[in-house]
Amino acid sequence: MKFTKTVQLAFGSILSNKLRSLLTMLGIIIGVGAVIILVSIMDGITGQVTDAFESFGMNNITVSMVSRGSTRYIEPDDMYEIIDKNPDLFTYCTPNVSLRATVKAKNSSDSENASVTGTNEAYDKINQLTTEQGRFLQFIDVEKQLKVCVIGTYYEQEFFGKGKALGNTVKINGVPFTVIGVLEEKADSSENSSDQCIYIPYTVASKLSNNRFISSYTVTLTDANKLEKAKAALEKNLTKILGSSDFYSIIATQEILEELNKIMGTMKAALVCIAGISLLVGGIGIMNIMLVTVTERTKEIGIRKSLGAKKKHILSQFVVEAATISGVGGILGILFGAIVSFVAGKLMNVTILPSLFAIVLAFSVSVAIGIMFGFLPAKNAANLNPIDALRFE
Amino acid sequence: MNQKPLVEFQNIYKIYQMGDSQVRALDGVSFSVYEGEFVAIIGQSGSGKSTCMNIIGCLDIPTEGTYLLNGADVSKLTDDEQSEIRNQTLGFIFQQYNLLPRLNILENVKLPLMYKGLKESEQTERAMEALNRVGIADKCHHKPSQLSGGQQQRASIARALAGSPSVILADEPTGALDSKTSAEVIAFLIQLNALGNTIILITHDNSIAAQAKRVIRIHDGKIIYDGIPAGDSIIRSTVLLQKEGTV
Repeated sequence: MKFTKTVQLAFGSILSNKLRSLLTMLGIIIGVGAVIILVSIMDGITGQVTDAFESFGMNNITVSMVSRGSTRYIEPDDMYEIIDKNPDLFTYCTPNVSLRATVKAKNSSDSENASVTGTNEAYDKINQLTTEQGRFLQFIDVEKQLKVCVIGTYYEQEFFGKGKALGNTVKINGVPFTVIGVLEEKADSSENSSDQCIYIPYTVASKLSNNRFISSYTVTLTDANKLEKAKAALEKNLTKILGSSDFYSIIATQEILEELNKIMGTMKAALVCIAGISLLVGGIGIMNIMLVTVTERTKEIGIRKSLGAKKKHILSQFVVEAATISGVGGILGILFGAIVSFVAGKLMNVTILPSLFAIVLAFSVSVAIGIMFGFLPAKNAANLNPIDALRFE
Repeated sequence: MNQKPLVEFQNIYKIYQMGDSQVRALDGVSFSVYEGEFVAIIGQSGSGKSTCMNIIGCLDIPTEGTYLLNGADVSKLTDDEQSEIRNQTLGFIFQQYNLLPRLNILENVKLPLMYKGLKESEQTERAMEALNRVGIADKCHHKPSQLSGGQQQRASIARALAGSPSVILADEPTGALDSKTSAEVIAFLIQLNALGNTIILITHDNSIAAQAKRVIRIHDGKIIYDGIPAGDSIIRSTVLLQKEGTV
């Protein structure tokens, strides 16, 4: 008996009892759907977090000063020297000064609290920012401590209206700054998006914050593979200047991301295991219905045996039928999971693509469950005594 | 008579244990059927004729005694070997037709050929040939439920014929049919026999049995008559009853 014939037969049997087949499949549909939804959402969130990190720059290293009651800090010139000495390891370096300040357009009475970042002229290259109108900060702005700023599209639209910001004045803590550049829109120009940002020379920021020490630097690598070497070089020089490795910490974006991926991976595995339980329950549902089917079709089994069907014929017929139920359930579950993942992605504003890995895994597991749980009923069917089966009404 | 019997019962017993008492469905039955015969096994319900049919059909095995089908001792065969021998040597015609309701007529007739392991094209060819012989080839894509009783029985005859079995076993083939259709079915069996097919017919109906070449009458698990059918069923019954007294 050909395999395709057996599958065809199994489909016939499933279609002859639509409601029951559907209810039987429900366990598998939910199980497969749950696996796909969970894996896809986890992948989506991981992807988003990864993207966020990548937008910080995967080649970035942040050097932070750790204050331990003393006032040991690295001067920007010292930092630049380290970078310049190792051109094979480092490309750019910027001090970071962040301060909370009230900002408002010059002639407006509405002010809002904002996070203002003091940087140098390398910042846009380090963080892959594009200045759409005007220009980014330059060396001269930093050196001369000019009161200029580069703003994101949120402030452009909020304070001045689209395209009207250049040359206008923004007041930061009451100090007027001339807008010299507007960044390209990165998100949707809304509040709290990455478009809500103001950059000023770090020299000016440092003065505004009344703290002449720079507490953090961002350095970029020439090559992500040189992370270990670069860290070693930084450590060596910084320890020499500061006297101890206790006064600073070095964090690479790469390393954070790796840690994060590990945690996400563990969570994903745990969630898939939980979803797997519903697959198991679905499998038991299939076994149950197959036992009923075998009883109902005892007469058919008797007829087939009287016509010469061997055990293997009956066995394969029922196993294939169970596998087909679970397989069809698996496909419906994939559709269900894909649709829900897609909708969830839209609602959560996360790009969620149904995970191919999850689809393949869930489908093969569901078919395997069908075969496993279909085997016992099929074996019962194959072992029926032909005369008892034929007489069964 | 031909050299070797197709069906040979050697002192067959079939005993069922019903609680404390034993029921002897077959109580030492011996007979042989040779190629080309048309035998009717007749008896009332409970006589043991169905048990006899089940054993001939390899659907059941005797408690005692030896059953040789085509020279092979059936009780020594495994389940699968019995399936194999049913497939190769026997063609069943049942009272309730026993067609599978979900398959169409052609697919039903193809079943024994499928289990023979024939190629799809050959299955279809031989099944259509069998359907042509019984005259319902035009109905081959209908479901059994769309056919009349007579047509369904023809389909089951086609299914029995399709595998070219050595013996055709008909279990009350006219039991569910009206007298006109019954006559057609019996006429068809007679015609098949004339073409050389060996036929064993199980019935409780004397007038049906009378149309066979040989009659075996079973009563209480024993053979009480084995010979040519008498011309008139009523007279024959009397003869048989007299004979029963002597057995």
